[in-house]
Amino acid sequence: MISIELGHYLALGGVIFLLGVIGIFLNRKNVIVILMSVELILLAVNINLVAFSIYSNDITGQIFTFFILTVAAAEAAIGLAIIVSYYRNRGSIRVQEINEMKG
Amino acid sequence: MLAHTFFFYFFSIISVGSALMVIASRNTVHAVFFLILDFISIGCLFIMIGAEFLGMIMLIVYVGAVAVLFLFVVMMLNVAEQKQSWFRDREKSAHIPVGLIVSLIILAEVLVVVGGWKYKPNFIKTDALVIDGNLTNTHMLGNVLYTQYIHLFQVAGVILLLAMIGAIVLTYTKREGVKTQNYFTQISREKKTSIKLTEADFNKGVEVDD
Repeated sequence: MISIELGHYLALGGVIFLLGVIGIFLNRKNVIVILMSVELILLAVNINLVAFSIYSNDITGQIFTFFILTVAAAEAAIGLAIIVSYYRNRGSIRVQEINEMKG
Repeated sequence: MLAHTFFFYFFSIISVGSALMVIASRNTVHAVFFLILDFISIGCLFIMIGAEFLGMIMLIVYVGAVAVLFLFVVMMLNVAEQKQSWFRDREKSAHIPVGLIVSLIILAEVLVVVGGWKYKPNFIKTDALVIDGNLTNTHMLGNVLYTQYIHLFQVAGVILLLAMIGAIVLTYTKREGVKTQNYFTQISREKKTSIKLTEADFNKGVEVDD
């Protein structure tokens, strides 16, 4: 039977990372979906770290994942706060209409 | 071994499919539902592979806090492209079927993980994996986290505090026309300045100036 090795987990992480990046590029609706894509990317990084940590029998990877979780939670809170205050000022968070910075 | 293969594909197919639905679904509320499903699938995968503490933290922090925060903001800002409102007419709600599907899949996953918990040691046994049976995953994490990485742990706490303060500062608005107490003026009021004794003349009264 096919045994699940490290490569399988890395492939899963790669696929989810790719989906997150595609979500950032393809998104035409609102900024919240972009934030969710960033969460997906961080999740893919977590998968990679945990898989390496388990398969090389070293707990440090899980410690890193712990800190990535912390930063992801902080990032989600700050990002949603920015979105709320932007919506309060402009009345819309559509991606096309956010062009204040002329970027 | 066979079970490990089977459940790896079970959880990873669900998680990849729900990640696809997160970026592809038209309705933002559905996207948040599928994000929750994705987090739970990956959490189950972590539990299965032997990182139990992180799997549980994934459920608590991501599903319990972050995803619910997303859902809260999406519903508060009313940005979901909804044909009919969730709150007004209950018969034609668009969210309930998707929510039911997602929660049924989550229930199936949790049942699988809880059922497989008993067989965990021979479940994740592969040639490359060395599992120390004496020490649990949480114990190992704690051994390292509170000794070798204690400074990083405290920095993580500072980051969370900063995020909290930042979110409050960003969303706080001072409203006009709200009467509030001024504690300093209240406390520093004295008898001399607030009470005046006057002699009232008969049939004339007292002139009050304020």
